[in-house]
Amino acid sequence: MSTQNQQSTTEDLTLVQAVRDGLYGEMERSEDVIVMGEDVGKNGGVFRATEGLYDEFGGDRVIDTPLAESGIVGTAIGMAAYGLRPVPEIQFMGFIYPAFDQIVSHAARIRTRSRGRFSCPMVVRAPYGGGIRAPEHHSESKEAFFVHEPGLKVVVPSTPTDAKGLLASAIRDPDPVVFLEPKLIYRAFREEVAEDTYTTPLGEAAIRREGSDVSVFTWGAMAYRTLEAAEELAGEIDVEVVDLRTLSPLDTDTIVESFKKTGRGAVVHEAPKTGGLAGEITATIQEEALLYQEAPIKRITGFDTPFPLYALEDYYLPEPTRIADGIRDVVNF
Amino acid sequence: MSTLQRDPDKRVQVLDEEGRVYDGATVPELEEDELIEMYREMKIGRHFDQRAVSLQRQGRMGTFPPMSGQEGAQVGSVHALAKDDWLIPSYREHAAVYSSDVNLSETLRYWMGDERGNKMDDQPVFPSTVPIATQIPHATGMAWASKLKGEDRVFMCYFGDGATSEGDFHEGLNFAGVFDTPTVFFCNNNQWAISVPRERQTASQTIAQKATAYGFEGVQVDGMDPLAVYQVTEAAVEKAREPDGDDRRPTLIEAVQYRFGAHTTADDPSVYRDDDEVEQWKRRDPIPRFEAYLQNEGLLDEERIDAITTEIEAEVDDAIDAAESTDRPDPSEMFEHVHSKTPDRVADQREAFERLRDRHGDEELLE
Repeated sequence: MSTQNQQSTTEDLTLVQAVRDGLYGEMERSEDVIVMGEDVGKNGGVFRATEGLYDEFGGDRVIDTPLAESGIVGTAIGMAAYGLRPVPEIQFMGFIYPAFDQIVSHAARIRTRSRGRFSCPMVVRAPYGGGIRAPEHHSESKEAFFVHEPGLKVVVPSTPTDAKGLLASAIRDPDPVVFLEPKLIYRAFREEVAEDTYTTPLGEAAIRREGSDVSVFTWGAMAYRTLEAAEELAGEIDVEVVDLRTLSPLDTDTIVESFKKTGRGAVVHEAPKTGGLAGEITATIQEEALLYQEAPIKRITGFDTPFPLYALEDYYLPEPTRIADGIRDVVNF
Repeated sequence: MSTLQRDPDKRVQVLDEEGRVYDGATVPELEEDELIEMYREMKIGRHFDQRAVSLQRQGRMGTFPPMSGQEGAQVGSVHALAKDDWLIPSYREHAAVYSSDVNLSETLRYWMGDERGNKMDDQPVFPSTVPIATQIPHATGMAWASKLKGEDRVFMCYFGDGATSEGDFHEGLNFAGVFDTPTVFFCNNNQWAISVPRERQTASQTIAQKATAYGFEGVQVDGMDPLAVYQVTEAAVEKAREPDGDDRRPTLIEAVQYRFGAHTTADDPSVYRDDDEVEQWKRRDPIPRFEAYLQNEGLLDEERIDAITTEIEAEVDDAIDAAESTDRPDPSEMFEHVHSKTPDRVADQREAFERLRDRHGDEELLE
């Protein structure tokens, strides 16, 4: 799937290091790429995602901004319309709401409003999701808000290799991309990642684990947990795990093909259940593959409650046991 | 002392209500041709506005935001820009956009519901913005990008008094001050944000004084005096391009003026404001005032006024004809320009929609 150069040397990276590596490569490749946000400069980002970039590229390209999310994204939109490729960072997805208007009212619509005269080649990066014992408003998973908006792309990597390749594609893409980084697995594991720049295409899901009994669709940190659940079930249930990687545009072909093969499905996401993307995926399968369906599609998700403070977050987030139980329900229907 | 360096509550004025130059006021140096052109553009702005409202009443156009009363601020400010300086308008800057060489037929097409009117070809004009104040950070970002590219262009951003209550006003101006961007923030303070008066937008004595909080100059000008507006904007544009010493490049201009009509054709201003107030402001109407000045200066006579009137009426007629005779956009236009490359799912929806149109025909479909 990726156009990775197999000859290049590799390095052992965590997901957040791969993000940093991806930013570095794209900034080196094009002077138009600019990183901006709160603490992205000298501090190197609160998660170290922009570490060293300030020293390498200077304060005109790695810009510590005032603390103002709408200002960060709004000025980035102006920059993008004027030919740069800004990569604004929102420190946590739970703080993206002040910038929501700019993202949906303007970034997503400038191409349409100007009938193609202006575009918005901007990547809004935001760590998202729970599980790291963060304070209130730091654990949100609101990808559905952005998937609902025409004109935006929404990307969620779940491996270091994908984080670097998808980020490179997002930065080179002529359209605005919301790039959500699963902070629960920022440092959970390492992977061999090519040192050279490479791209991983947007809009293509990855089958992480082949299986014949049930297809489980997921992304981000939940992909990692779903794989754990699949391992737990190995020998009992043969689980196929589809990591969507891009939530908009959704790779419906891969979803439907996988479902046709197994005839059973579940969706795992940490966002609240109501209005979450699991509903969309389920409806797509109903429309395109109803006659292959052997059992109801199960949604294994966060709850319709505000994300709890961290004393309870382990109960809120789907973890391998809950995921495995849900998969059993589907298969034993 | 520069025109800009003054107490923000001391309003810059050149012409009095009768079009006479105030004692001690400096008249900006403008060629006769440019003065007449400004007059012509203000006149066409007014006439266009009246025709547009009438088109809406006749059902030939959708909701329209009129701007009568604001021609002096719009035309006077644009004339202070160089040809490749940028304009980032709100939805009411019809005359400013026209002064930037965008044909009136494009403005009409947009308000007739055809998004292609917003493209504005190759003019340095950004598509007008309907949400309030959201274009302000865009202007700062564009100016910032231009500065990073080493250009010397200036970016002028228009908004109303209501916009100054929004977070994006504060964020856009704050970024502009911090990053010293070549931006002129031009507030068309027309006294009313739909039905809410300026006094309900801010307890500040003036809007201009807010600039102090962002570290750059703010200046209040009589927005119904095109010469004063030109003078102030020219100084702001010059400073944005080449600031002196420690001056910051941005300026906030508060152009004090009045909209004679409704916020849009969908509201009735008689519900929320008194006729007396309107009449009082009409005495400051920028058009007769500027006309009187030009007549006093011997630059304009009745014959020339008649000629200009005839000329602009014909130009607006032509613009209306052009807008109304353009083919309606093809329905498949909805699916164009949403993404650089149409995603499969959207392409599927377009194909399904086209099959539906083929099967039923547009007439049956829209019954």
